Amino acid sequence: MSARRYASLLWGQTRHNNRVFWRTPAAAFFTLALPVIFLILFSVIFGDVEVDGGYSFSQFFAPAMAVFAAVSSSFSNLAIGVSYARDQGVLKRVRGTPLPAWVYMAGRICSGVWMAVLSVGLMFLLGWAFFDFRMVWANLGTALVVFVVGIATFSALGLAVCAVLKNADSSPAAANGVFLPMAFVSGIFIQLDDAPRWLKILGDVFPLKHFAGPFGEAFNPLHESPILGWEHLGVMALWLLFGMVIITRYFTWDPRGE
Amino acid sequence: MSPVVSVENLTKNYGSVTALAGVSFTVDEGEVLAILGPNGAGKTTAVEILEGYRRADGGDISVLGHDPSSGGREFRDRIGIVLQETGIEMVLTVREAIDIYARSYSRRLPTDELIDLVGLDGKADARIKTLSGGQKRRLDLALGLAGDPELVFLDEPTTGFDPSARRKSWAMIEGLTELGKTILLTTHYLDEAQHLADRIIVLADGSIVAEGTADTLGEGRAASTISFTVEGSDRPPRLEGGPVMTGHTVTYRSTSVTSDLLVLTSWATERGVDLDGLEVTRPSLEDVYLHIVGETESGG
Repeated sequence: MSARRYASLLWGQTRHNNRVFWRTPAAAFFTLALPVIFLILFSVIFGDVEVDGGYSFSQFFAPAMAVFAAVSSSFSNLAIGVSYARDQGVLKRVRGTPLPAWVYMAGRICSGVWMAVLSVGLMFLLGWAFFDFRMVWANLGTALVVFVVGIATFSALGLAVCAVLKNADSSPAAANGVFLPMAFVSGIFIQLDDAPRWLKILGDVFPLKHFAGPFGEAFNPLHESPILGWEHLGVMALWLLFGMVIITRYFTWDPRGE
Repeated sequence: MSPVVSVENLTKNYGSVTALAGVSFTVDEGEVLAILGPNGAGKTTAVEILEGYRRADGGDISVLGHDPSSGGREFRDRIGIVLQETGIEMVLTVREAIDIYARSYSRRLPTDELIDLVGLDGKADARIKTLSGGQKRRLDLALGLAGDPELVFLDEPTTGFDPSARRKSWAMIEGLTELGKTILLTTHYLDEAQHLADRIIVLADGSIVAEGTADTLGEGRAASTISFTVEGSDRPPRLEGGPVMTGHTVTYRSTSVTSDLLVLTSWATERGVDLDGLEVTRPSLEDVYLHIVGETESGG
Protein backbone atom coordinates (compact mmCIF):
# COMPACT_ATOMS: atom_id res chain seq x y z
CA MET A 1 0.00 0.00 0.00
CA SER A 2 1.16 3.49 -0.73
CA ALA A 3 1.89 6.10 1.92
CA ARG A 4 -1.00 8.09 0.55
CA ARG A 5 -3.36 5.17 1.14
CA TYR A 6 -2.12 4.77 4.73
CA ALA A 7 -2.60 8.47 5.31
CA SER A 8 -6.13 8.31 3.98
CA LEU A 9 -6.95 5.32 6.20
CA LEU A 10 -5.46 7.06 9.23
CA TRP A 11 -7.42 10.22 8.49
CA GLY A 12 -10.61 8.15 8.21
CA GLN A 13 -9.93 6.38 11.52
CA THR A 14 -9.17 9.64 13.30
CA ARG A 15 -12.41 11.24 12.12
CA HIS A 16 -14.30 8.08 12.97
CA ASN A 17 -12.96 8.10 16.54
CA ASN A 18 -13.73 11.79 16.90
CA ARG A 19 -17.29 11.13 15.81
CA VAL A 20 -17.70 8.28 18.31
CA PHE A 21 -16.15 10.47 21.01
CA TRP A 22 -18.58 13.34 20.51
CA ARG A 23 -21.52 10.95 20.55
CA THR A 24 -20.41 9.39 23.83
CA PRO A 25 -21.34 12.03 26.42
CA ALA A 26 -19.50 10.39 29.33
CA ALA A 27 -16.20 10.42 27.45
CA ALA A 28 -16.67 13.98 26.30
CA PHE A 29 -17.55 15.11 29.82
CA PHE A 30 -14.61 13.53 31.59
CA THR A 31 -12.12 14.56 28.95
CA LEU A 32 -13.19 18.11 28.22
CA ALA A 33 -15.66 19.36 30.80
CA LEU A 34 -13.97 18.14 33.97
CA PRO A 35 -10.70 20.06 33.46
CA VAL A 36 -12.74 23.17 32.63
CA ILE A 37 -14.71 22.79 35.86
CA PHE A 38 -11.47 22.36 37.83
CA LEU A 39 -9.98 25.41 36.16
CA ILE A 40 -12.97 27.55 37.04
CA LEU A 41 -13.37 26.24 40.61
CA PHE A 42 -9.70 26.51 41.56
CA SER A 43 -9.31 29.89 39.88
CA VAL A 44 -12.32 31.27 41.69
CA ILE A 45 -11.22 29.84 45.05
CA PHE A 46 -7.58 30.94 44.72
CA GLY A 47 -8.30 33.90 42.49
CA ASP A 48 -6.85 36.43 44.91
CA VAL A 49 -3.64 34.56 45.51
CA GLU A 50 -0.78 36.46 43.93
CA VAL A 51 2.11 34.39 42.78
CA ASP A 52 5.75 35.52 42.43
CA GLY A 53 6.12 38.67 40.45
CA GLY A 54 2.49 39.65 40.67
CA TYR A 55 1.23 37.07 38.24
CA SER A 56 -2.18 35.50 38.56
CA PHE A 57 -2.87 32.08 40.01
CA SER A 58 -4.16 30.95 36.67
CA GLN A 59 -0.83 31.77 34.99
CA PHE A 60 0.37 28.55 36.60
CA PHE A 61 -2.87 26.69 36.98
CA ALA A 62 -4.15 26.93 33.39
CA PRO A 63 -1.11 25.09 31.95
CA ALA A 64 -1.46 22.49 34.72
CA MET A 65 -5.09 21.91 33.80
CA ALA A 66 -4.10 21.79 30.12
CA VAL A 67 -1.74 18.91 30.98
CA PHE A 68 -4.49 17.30 33.04
CA ALA A 69 -6.81 17.47 30.03
CA ALA A 70 -4.10 16.19 27.67
CA VAL A 71 -3.45 13.17 29.89
CA SER A 72 -7.16 12.59 30.15
CA SER A 73 -7.43 12.64 26.32
CA SER A 74 -4.59 10.22 25.87
CA PHE A 75 -4.12 8.00 28.92
CA SER A 76 -7.67 7.70 30.31
CA ASN A 77 -9.36 7.92 26.92
CA LEU A 78 -7.30 5.02 25.52
CA ALA A 79 -7.24 2.87 28.65
CA ILE A 80 -11.03 3.04 28.97
CA GLY A 81 -12.05 3.37 25.31
CA VAL A 82 -9.90 0.58 23.93
CA SER A 83 -10.80 -1.75 26.83
CA TYR A 84 -14.50 -1.35 26.10
CA ALA A 85 -13.93 -1.69 22.36
CA ARG A 86 -12.17 -4.96 23.02
CA ASP A 87 -14.82 -6.24 25.43
CA GLN A 88 -17.58 -5.50 22.94
CA GLY A 89 -15.71 -7.25 20.15
CA VAL A 90 -15.06 -4.09 18.14
CA LEU A 91 -11.33 -4.84 18.10
CA LYS A 92 -12.04 -8.35 16.91
CA ARG A 93 -14.16 -7.04 14.08
CA VAL A 94 -11.42 -4.60 13.07
CA ARG A 95 -8.85 -7.40 13.16
CA GLY A 96 -10.92 -9.30 10.60
CA THR A 97 -10.59 -6.49 8.06
CA PRO A 98 -7.43 -5.53 6.17
CA LEU A 99 -7.03 -2.36 8.27
CA PRO A 100 -3.46 -2.48 9.64
CA ALA A 101 -3.40 -2.78 13.43
CA TRP A 102 -1.11 0.19 13.79
CA VAL A 103 -3.44 2.40 11.74
CA TYR A 104 -6.31 1.54 14.05
CA MET A 105 -4.25 2.40 17.15
CA ALA A 106 -2.75 5.49 15.53
CA GLY A 107 -6.27 6.62 14.64
CA ARG A 108 -7.30 6.38 18.27
CA ILE A 109 -4.16 8.19 19.41
CA CYS A 110 -4.56 10.95 16.80
CA SER A 111 -8.14 11.44 17.89
CA GLY A 112 -6.84 11.76 21.47
CA VAL A 113 -4.26 14.30 20.30
CA TRP A 114 -7.02 16.30 18.65
CA MET A 115 -9.02 16.31 21.91
CA ALA A 116 -5.89 17.28 23.80
CA VAL A 117 -5.16 20.18 21.45
CA LEU A 118 -8.76 21.33 21.79
CA SER A 119 -8.71 21.19 25.55
CA VAL A 120 -5.33 22.88 25.89
CA GLY A 121 -6.61 25.68 23.67
CA LEU A 122 -9.78 25.85 25.70
CA MET A 123 -7.88 26.13 29.00
CA PHE A 124 -5.70 28.96 27.74
CA LEU A 125 -8.64 30.75 26.20
CA LEU A 126 -10.75 30.55 29.36
CA GLY A 127 -7.76 31.45 31.53
CA TRP A 128 -7.00 34.44 29.33
CA ALA A 129 -10.62 35.61 29.12
CA PHE A 130 -11.57 35.29 32.79
CA PHE A 131 -8.58 34.68 35.03
CA ASP A 132 -5.75 36.96 33.88
CA PHE A 133 -3.74 34.25 32.16
CA ARG A 134 -1.16 35.82 29.86
CA MET A 135 0.16 33.91 26.90
CA VAL A 136 3.94 33.57 26.84
CA TRP A 137 5.26 33.01 23.34
CA ALA A 138 8.99 32.77 23.99
CA ASN A 139 8.94 29.10 24.96
CA LEU A 140 6.19 27.83 22.70
CA GLY A 141 8.63 25.51 20.91
CA THR A 142 9.58 23.95 24.25
CA ALA A 143 5.93 23.54 25.17
CA LEU A 144 5.29 21.82 21.86
CA VAL A 145 8.14 19.32 22.27
CA VAL A 146 7.05 18.52 25.83
CA PHE A 147 3.46 18.17 24.66
CA VAL A 148 4.35 15.71 21.89
CA VAL A 149 6.54 13.54 24.11
CA GLY A 150 3.96 13.71 26.91
CA ILE A 151 1.07 12.65 24.69
CA ALA A 152 3.12 9.81 23.21
CA THR A 153 4.09 8.60 26.68
CA PHE A 154 0.60 8.73 28.13
CA SER A 155 -0.94 7.15 25.02
CA ALA A 156 1.46 4.22 25.37
CA LEU A 157 0.71 3.94 29.09
CA GLY A 158 -3.06 4.06 28.43
CA LEU A 159 -2.76 1.17 26.01
CA ALA A 160 -0.50 -0.61 28.48
CA VAL A 161 -3.23 -0.38 31.14
CA CYS A 162 -5.63 -1.80 28.57
CA ALA A 163 -3.16 -4.59 27.85
CA VAL A 164 -2.94 -5.79 31.43
CA LEU A 165 -6.67 -5.43 32.17
CA LYS A 166 -8.79 -8.37 31.13
CA ASN A 167 -12.12 -6.73 31.82
CA ALA A 168 -13.34 -3.36 30.57
CA ASP A 169 -15.57 -2.74 33.59
CA SER A 170 -12.49 -2.30 35.73
CA SER A 171 -10.87 0.13 33.28
CA PRO A 172 -12.39 3.43 34.52
CA ALA A 173 -11.41 2.56 38.09
CA ALA A 174 -7.93 1.50 37.01
CA ALA A 175 -7.34 4.53 34.77
CA ASN A 176 -8.63 7.10 37.24
CA GLY A 177 -7.18 5.22 40.19
CA VAL A 178 -3.77 5.69 38.63
CA PHE A 179 -4.26 9.13 37.10
CA LEU A 180 -5.88 11.14 39.92
CA PRO A 181 -3.46 10.22 42.75
CA MET A 182 -0.61 10.70 40.27
CA ALA A 183 -1.97 14.16 39.51
CA PHE A 184 -1.80 15.12 43.19
CA VAL A 185 1.63 13.61 43.75
CA SER A 186 2.87 15.43 40.66
CA GLY A 187 1.73 18.82 41.86
CA ILE A 188 -0.94 19.34 39.24
CA PHE A 189 -3.51 20.69 41.67
CA ILE A 190 -1.46 21.92 44.58
CA GLN A 191 2.16 23.08 44.72
CA LEU A 192 4.29 20.53 46.55
CA ASP A 193 6.85 22.97 47.98
CA ASP A 194 5.94 22.10 51.56
CA ALA A 195 5.17 18.42 50.99
CA PRO A 196 7.21 15.68 52.66
CA ARG A 197 10.33 14.52 50.87
CA TRP A 198 9.04 11.00 50.10
CA LEU A 199 6.03 12.46 48.32
CA LYS A 200 8.24 14.57 46.12
CA ILE A 201 10.40 11.56 45.31
CA LEU A 202 7.28 9.61 44.46
CA GLY A 203 6.28 12.38 42.08
CA ASP A 204 9.75 12.31 40.51
CA VAL A 205 9.39 8.64 39.67
CA PHE A 206 6.13 8.95 37.76
CA PRO A 207 6.00 10.65 34.37
CA LEU A 208 3.28 13.22 35.01
CA LYS A 209 5.47 15.65 36.92
CA HIS A 210 7.91 15.55 34.00
CA PHE A 211 5.09 16.50 31.64
CA ALA A 212 3.40 19.17 33.75
CA GLY A 213 6.64 20.67 35.13
CA PRO A 214 8.41 21.74 31.92
CA PHE A 215 5.09 22.45 30.16
CA GLY A 216 4.09 24.87 32.94
CA GLU A 217 7.58 26.39 33.01
CA ALA A 218 7.23 27.19 29.31
CA PHE A 219 4.39 29.55 30.21
CA ASN A 220 6.17 31.04 33.19
CA PRO A 221 6.66 34.70 32.24
CA LEU A 222 9.75 34.93 34.47
CA HIS A 223 11.73 32.86 31.96
CA GLU A 224 12.75 35.09 29.14
CA SER A 225 15.04 32.69 27.34
CA PRO A 226 14.07 29.21 26.13
CA ILE A 227 14.49 26.39 28.60
CA LEU A 228 14.22 22.70 27.97
CA GLY A 229 14.76 20.10 30.67
CA TRP A 230 16.26 17.09 28.96
CA GLU A 231 16.03 15.08 32.16
CA HIS A 232 12.23 15.46 32.09
CA LEU A 233 12.03 14.23 28.52
CA GLY A 234 14.33 11.36 29.48
CA VAL A 235 12.07 10.17 32.30
CA MET A 236 9.03 10.33 30.01
CA ALA A 237 10.90 8.44 27.29
CA LEU A 238 11.69 5.66 29.76
CA TRP A 239 8.01 5.38 30.66
CA LEU A 240 7.14 5.42 26.97
CA LEU A 241 9.51 2.52 26.43
CA PHE A 242 8.08 0.67 29.42
CA GLY A 243 4.55 1.14 28.04
CA MET A 244 5.58 -0.20 24.64
CA VAL A 245 7.12 -3.30 26.21
CA ILE A 246 3.93 -4.03 28.15
CA ILE A 247 1.80 -3.51 25.02
CA THR A 248 3.90 -5.81 22.85
CA ARG A 249 3.96 -8.45 25.54
CA TYR A 250 0.34 -8.45 26.77
CA PHE A 251 -2.01 -6.67 24.38
CA THR A 252 -4.74 -8.83 22.82
CA TRP A 253 -7.46 -8.03 20.29
CA ASP A 254 -9.75 -10.84 21.30
CA PRO A 255 -12.26 -10.31 24.12
CA ARG A 256 -11.33 -13.66 25.61
CA GLY A 257 -7.66 -12.87 25.53
CA GLU A 258 -6.58 -15.31 22.82
CA MET B 1 -8.44 -26.25 -9.77
CA SER B 2 -7.27 -26.25 -6.17
CA PRO B 3 -9.96 -25.82 -3.53
CA VAL B 4 -10.57 -22.44 -1.90
CA VAL B 5 -10.30 -23.96 1.56
CA SER B 6 -8.31 -27.06 2.33
CA VAL B 7 -7.97 -28.41 5.83
CA GLU B 8 -5.98 -31.49 6.68
CA ASN B 9 -5.96 -33.11 10.08
CA LEU B 10 -6.70 -29.90 11.98
CA THR B 11 -6.32 -30.19 15.75
CA LYS B 12 -6.91 -27.71 18.56
CA ASN B 13 -6.88 -28.15 22.32
CA TYR B 14 -7.82 -25.79 25.10
CA GLY B 15 -5.79 -27.08 28.00
CA SER B 16 -6.84 -30.67 28.40
CA VAL B 17 -10.05 -30.19 26.42
CA THR B 18 -9.93 -31.30 22.81
CA ALA B 19 -11.87 -28.87 20.64
CA LEU B 20 -10.87 -30.34 17.29
CA ALA B 21 -9.49 -33.85 16.97
CA GLY B 22 -8.11 -34.10 13.44
CA VAL B 23 -10.62 -32.53 11.08
CA SER B 24 -10.14 -32.63 7.29
CA PHE B 25 -12.28 -31.10 4.58
CA THR B 26 -12.19 -28.89 1.50
CA VAL B 27 -14.42 -26.20 0.05
CA ASP B 28 -14.40 -25.67 -3.70
CA GLU B 29 -14.85 -22.41 -5.53
CA GLY B 30 -18.46 -21.30 -5.66
CA GLU B 31 -19.51 -23.98 -3.22
CA VAL B 32 -21.57 -23.54 -0.06
CA LEU B 33 -20.32 -25.81 2.69
CA ALA B 34 -22.23 -26.05 5.95
CA ILE B 35 -20.60 -27.25 9.13
CA LEU B 36 -23.50 -28.65 11.09
CA GLY B 37 -23.31 -29.71 14.67
CA PRO B 38 -24.66 -29.26 18.16
CA ASN B 39 -23.44 -26.42 20.37
CA GLY B 40 -19.93 -27.04 21.61
CA ALA B 41 -19.05 -29.35 18.72
CA GLY B 42 -16.08 -27.18 17.69
CA LYS B 43 -17.70 -25.34 14.77
CA THR B 44 -16.71 -21.84 15.84
CA THR B 45 -13.20 -22.94 16.79
CA ALA B 46 -12.74 -24.44 13.33
CA VAL B 47 -14.06 -21.37 11.55
CA GLU B 48 -12.06 -18.92 13.67
CA ILE B 49 -8.89 -20.83 12.85
CA LEU B 50 -9.68 -20.52 9.15
CA GLU B 51 -10.38 -16.81 9.58
CA GLY B 52 -6.98 -16.32 11.21
CA TYR B 53 -8.26 -15.45 14.69
CA ARG B 54 -6.92 -18.53 16.37
CA ARG B 55 -3.89 -20.71 15.86
CA ALA B 56 -4.27 -24.39 15.18
CA ASP B 57 -2.26 -26.81 17.29
CA GLY B 58 -1.67 -29.03 14.30
CA GLY B 59 -2.66 -29.72 10.73
CA ASP B 60 -2.25 -28.24 7.26
CA ILE B 61 -4.53 -25.34 6.45
CA SER B 62 -4.77 -23.36 3.28
CA VAL B 63 -7.40 -20.69 2.68
CA LEU B 64 -7.20 -18.91 -0.69
CA GLY B 65 -3.61 -20.11 -0.83
CA HIS B 66 -2.73 -18.51 2.51
CA ASP B 67 -1.96 -19.81 5.94
CA PRO B 68 -4.66 -17.81 7.76
CA SER B 69 -2.59 -17.30 10.93
CA SER B 70 0.06 -15.41 8.96
CA GLY B 71 -1.91 -14.33 5.90
CA GLY B 72 -2.10 -10.74 7.03
CA ARG B 73 -3.78 -7.94 5.17
CA GLU B 74 -3.56 -9.50 1.73
CA PHE B 75 -5.50 -12.48 3.06
CA ARG B 76 -8.11 -10.46 4.96
CA ASP B 77 -8.66 -8.32 1.89
CA ARG B 78 -10.16 -11.35 0.12
CA ILE B 79 -12.37 -12.80 2.85
CA GLY B 80 -15.54 -11.58 4.50
CA ILE B 81 -16.24 -12.51 8.10
CA VAL B 82 -19.60 -12.55 9.82
CA LEU B 83 -18.79 -13.58 13.35
CA GLN B 84 -21.27 -15.05 15.76
CA GLU B 85 -21.13 -12.08 18.07
CA THR B 86 -19.10 -8.97 17.43
CA GLY B 87 -19.46 -5.50 18.72
CA ILE B 88 -19.72 -2.33 16.80
CA GLU B 89 -19.82 1.34 17.75
CA MET B 90 -23.54 1.61 18.55
CA VAL B 91 -23.54 5.40 18.20
CA LEU B 92 -22.81 5.20 14.48
CA THR B 93 -25.47 5.06 11.79
CA VAL B 94 -25.71 2.10 9.44
CA ARG B 95 -24.20 4.11 6.60
CA GLU B 96 -21.35 5.47 8.72
CA ALA B 97 -20.47 2.00 9.97
CA ILE B 98 -20.36 0.53 6.47
CA ASP B 99 -18.32 3.47 5.21
CA ILE B 100 -15.64 3.18 7.87
CA TYR B 101 -15.35 -0.60 7.90
CA ALA B 102 -15.37 -0.88 4.10
CA ARG B 103 -12.64 1.68 3.73
CA SER B 104 -9.71 -0.65 4.26
CA TYR B 105 -10.60 -3.10 1.47
CA SER B 106 -8.96 -2.66 -1.89
CA ARG B 107 -12.15 -3.64 -3.72
CA ARG B 108 -15.33 -2.46 -2.13
CA LEU B 109 -19.00 -2.61 -2.88
CA PRO B 110 -20.81 0.75 -2.88
CA THR B 111 -22.42 1.48 0.48
CA ASP B 112 -25.89 1.98 -0.98
CA GLU B 113 -25.70 -1.29 -2.86
CA LEU B 114 -24.78 -3.11 0.35
CA ILE B 115 -27.58 -1.47 2.30
CA ASP B 116 -30.01 -2.53 -0.41
CA LEU B 117 -28.61 -6.03 -0.58
CA VAL B 118 -29.25 -6.71 3.11
CA GLY B 119 -32.59 -4.89 3.07
CA LEU B 120 -31.71 -2.04 5.42
CA ASP B 121 -32.64 0.72 2.98
CA GLY B 122 -35.12 2.29 5.37
CA LYS B 123 -32.52 2.28 8.14
CA ALA B 124 -29.46 3.72 6.41
CA ASP B 125 -29.34 6.78 8.63
CA ALA B 126 -30.59 5.18 11.83
CA ARG B 127 -28.20 4.78 14.76
CA ILE B 128 -27.18 1.15 15.19
CA LYS B 129 -28.40 1.09 18.79
CA THR B 130 -31.96 1.61 17.53
CA LEU B 131 -31.87 -1.50 15.28
CA SER B 132 -33.53 -4.79 16.18
CA GLY B 133 -31.45 -7.91 16.67
CA GLY B 134 -32.25 -9.14 13.18
CA GLN B 135 -31.39 -5.78 11.63
CA LYS B 136 -28.05 -5.72 13.46
CA ARG B 137 -27.31 -9.17 12.10
CA ARG B 138 -28.06 -7.93 8.60
CA LEU B 139 -25.66 -5.06 9.17
CA ASP B 140 -23.07 -7.67 10.20
CA LEU B 141 -23.68 -9.38 6.90
CA ALA B 142 -23.34 -6.10 4.99
CA LEU B 143 -20.01 -5.45 6.77
CA GLY B 144 -18.84 -8.96 5.95
CA LEU B 145 -19.55 -8.33 2.27
CA ALA B 146 -18.16 -4.80 2.18
CA GLY B 147 -14.87 -5.83 0.56
CA ASP B 148 -16.54 -7.88 -2.19
CA PRO B 149 -14.89 -11.03 -0.76
CA GLU B 150 -14.20 -14.23 -2.66
CA LEU B 151 -14.86 -16.33 0.42
CA VAL B 152 -17.48 -15.53 3.05
CA PHE B 153 -17.53 -17.02 6.53
CA LEU B 154 -20.93 -17.06 8.18
CA ASP B 155 -20.89 -18.24 11.78
CA GLU B 156 -24.46 -19.15 12.74
CA PRO B 157 -25.97 -16.42 10.58
CA THR B 158 -29.57 -16.81 11.72
CA THR B 159 -29.33 -17.92 15.33
CA GLY B 160 -32.06 -16.22 17.31
CA PHE B 161 -34.09 -15.16 14.25
CA ASP B 162 -37.81 -15.54 13.91
CA PRO B 163 -38.92 -17.72 10.98
CA SER B 164 -39.65 -14.89 8.60
CA ALA B 165 -36.35 -13.13 9.29
CA ARG B 166 -34.62 -16.46 8.74
CA ARG B 167 -36.29 -16.88 5.34
CA LYS B 168 -35.16 -13.40 4.35
CA SER B 169 -31.60 -14.12 5.37
CA TRP B 170 -31.61 -17.35 3.47
CA ALA B 171 -32.75 -15.52 0.36
CA MET B 172 -29.88 -13.07 0.86
CA ILE B 173 -27.32 -15.83 1.27
CA GLU B 174 -28.67 -17.58 -1.82
CA GLY B 175 -28.18 -14.29 -3.63
CA LEU B 176 -24.49 -14.44 -2.68
CA THR B 177 -24.04 -17.85 -4.25
CA GLU B 178 -25.48 -16.46 -7.45
CA LEU B 179 -22.71 -13.88 -7.36
CA GLY B 180 -20.27 -16.79 -7.33
CA LYS B 181 -19.09 -16.41 -3.73
CA THR B 182 -17.68 -19.37 -1.90
CA ILE B 183 -19.40 -19.71 1.45
CA LEU B 184 -18.46 -21.56 4.59
CA LEU B 185 -21.25 -21.46 7.12
CA THR B 186 -21.79 -23.02 10.49
CA THR B 187 -25.19 -23.73 11.88
CA HIS B 188 -26.97 -25.93 14.34
CA TYR B 189 -30.15 -25.74 12.30
CA LEU B 190 -30.70 -28.67 10.01
CA ASP B 191 -33.17 -26.94 7.77
CA GLU B 192 -30.67 -24.15 7.28
CA ALA B 193 -27.93 -26.53 6.17
CA GLN B 194 -30.38 -28.40 3.98
CA HIS B 195 -31.70 -25.23 2.43
CA LEU B 196 -28.43 -23.41 1.77
CA ALA B 197 -25.58 -25.87 1.50
CA ASP B 198 -24.26 -27.82 -1.45
CA ARG B 199 -22.44 -30.05 0.98
CA ILE B 200 -22.75 -30.64 4.70
CA ILE B 201 -20.26 -31.91 7.20
CA VAL B 202 -21.50 -32.93 10.60
CA LEU B 203 -19.16 -32.07 13.43
CA ALA B 204 -19.64 -33.59 16.85
CA ASP B 205 -17.15 -33.59 19.73
CA GLY B 206 -14.44 -32.13 17.51
CA SER B 207 -14.60 -34.79 14.80
CA ILE B 208 -16.37 -35.06 11.48
CA VAL B 209 -18.93 -37.80 11.93
CA ALA B 210 -20.66 -37.55 8.58
CA GLU B 211 -20.21 -35.78 5.29
CA GLY B 212 -22.32 -35.49 2.17
CA THR B 213 -25.16 -33.65 0.53
CA ALA B 214 -28.50 -33.34 2.25
CA ASP B 215 -29.56 -36.31 0.13
CA THR B 216 -26.63 -38.63 0.60
CA LEU B 217 -25.87 -37.87 4.22
CA GLY B 218 -28.02 -40.72 5.49
CA GLU B 219 -26.71 -43.47 3.23
CA GLY B 220 -25.72 -46.50 5.23
CA ARG B 221 -26.64 -44.81 8.48
CA ALA B 222 -30.22 -44.03 9.25
CA ALA B 223 -32.75 -46.40 7.77
CA SER B 224 -35.09 -45.86 4.82
CA THR B 225 -38.59 -47.26 4.94
CA ILE B 226 -39.97 -49.79 2.42
CA SER B 227 -43.70 -50.23 2.46
CA PHE B 228 -46.39 -51.93 0.35
CA THR B 229 -49.65 -53.77 0.79
CA VAL B 230 -50.30 -57.43 0.02
CA GLU B 231 -53.59 -59.26 -0.45
CA GLY B 232 -53.88 -62.85 0.77
CA SER B 233 -52.31 -64.71 3.59
CA ASP B 234 -48.70 -65.05 2.43
CA ARG B 235 -46.39 -63.68 5.03
CA PRO B 236 -43.63 -61.56 3.49
CA PRO B 237 -40.08 -62.72 4.11
CA ARG B 238 -38.20 -61.86 7.26
CA LEU B 239 -35.49 -59.27 6.79
CA GLU B 240 -33.29 -57.39 9.19
CA GLY B 241 -35.74 -54.51 9.54
CA GLY B 242 -39.13 -56.20 9.48
CA PRO B 243 -41.71 -56.97 8.46
CA VAL B 244 -44.06 -54.95 10.59
CA MET B 245 -47.66 -55.74 9.61
CA THR B 246 -50.47 -53.25 10.05
CA GLY B 247 -53.51 -54.86 8.48
CA HIS B 248 -52.44 -55.50 4.91
CA THR B 249 -49.70 -52.90 5.04
CA VAL B 250 -46.17 -54.18 5.37
CA THR B 251 -43.26 -51.98 6.35
CA TYR B 252 -39.55 -52.62 6.68
CA ARG B 253 -36.81 -50.42 7.95
CA SER B 254 -33.89 -50.80 5.61
CA THR B 255 -30.29 -49.63 5.55
CA SER B 256 -29.57 -51.52 2.28
CA VAL B 257 -32.55 -50.72 0.13
CA THR B 258 -31.32 -52.29 -3.12
CA SER B 259 -30.66 -55.76 -1.75
CA ASP B 260 -33.79 -55.70 0.40
CA LEU B 261 -35.87 -54.80 -2.65
CA LEU B 262 -34.28 -57.67 -4.58
CA VAL B 263 -35.34 -60.15 -1.90
CA LEU B 264 -38.85 -58.70 -1.75
CA THR B 265 -39.45 -58.56 -5.49
CA SER B 266 -38.09 -62.13 -5.93
CA TRP B 267 -40.40 -63.28 -3.21
CA ALA B 268 -43.37 -61.55 -4.88
CA THR B 269 -42.53 -62.89 -8.36
CA GLU B 270 -42.20 -66.46 -7.08
CA ARG B 271 -45.61 -66.32 -5.49
CA GLY B 272 -47.26 -64.20 -8.17
CA VAL B 273 -48.32 -61.50 -5.71
CA ASP B 274 -48.33 -57.80 -6.31
CA LEU B 275 -46.49 -55.37 -4.07
CA ASP B 276 -49.24 -52.80 -4.25
CA GLY B 277 -48.25 -49.22 -3.58
CA LEU B 278 -44.59 -50.12 -3.19
CA GLU B 279 -42.83 -47.12 -1.73
CA VAL B 280 -39.33 -46.39 -0.53
CA THR B 281 -39.09 -43.42 1.81
CA ARG B 282 -35.69 -41.94 2.49
CA PRO B 283 -34.97 -40.86 6.05
CA SER B 284 -35.44 -37.16 6.70
CA LEU B 285 -32.30 -35.18 7.38
CA GLU B 286 -33.51 -34.78 10.90
CA ASP B 287 -33.67 -38.56 11.37
CA VAL B 288 -30.15 -38.80 10.00
CA TYR B 289 -28.80 -36.00 12.13
CA LEU B 290 -30.31 -37.19 15.36
CA HIS B 291 -29.09 -40.68 14.58
CA ILE B 292 -25.53 -39.50 13.90
CA VAL B 293 -25.29 -37.13 16.81
CA GLY B 294 -27.00 -39.67 19.06
CA GLU B 295 -24.38 -42.25 18.07
CA THR B 296 -21.55 -39.93 19.02
CA GLU B 297 -23.12 -39.02 22.32
CA SER B 298 -23.79 -42.57 23.39
CA GLY B 299 -20.45 -43.73 21.99
CA GLY B 300 -18.18 -41.08 23.38
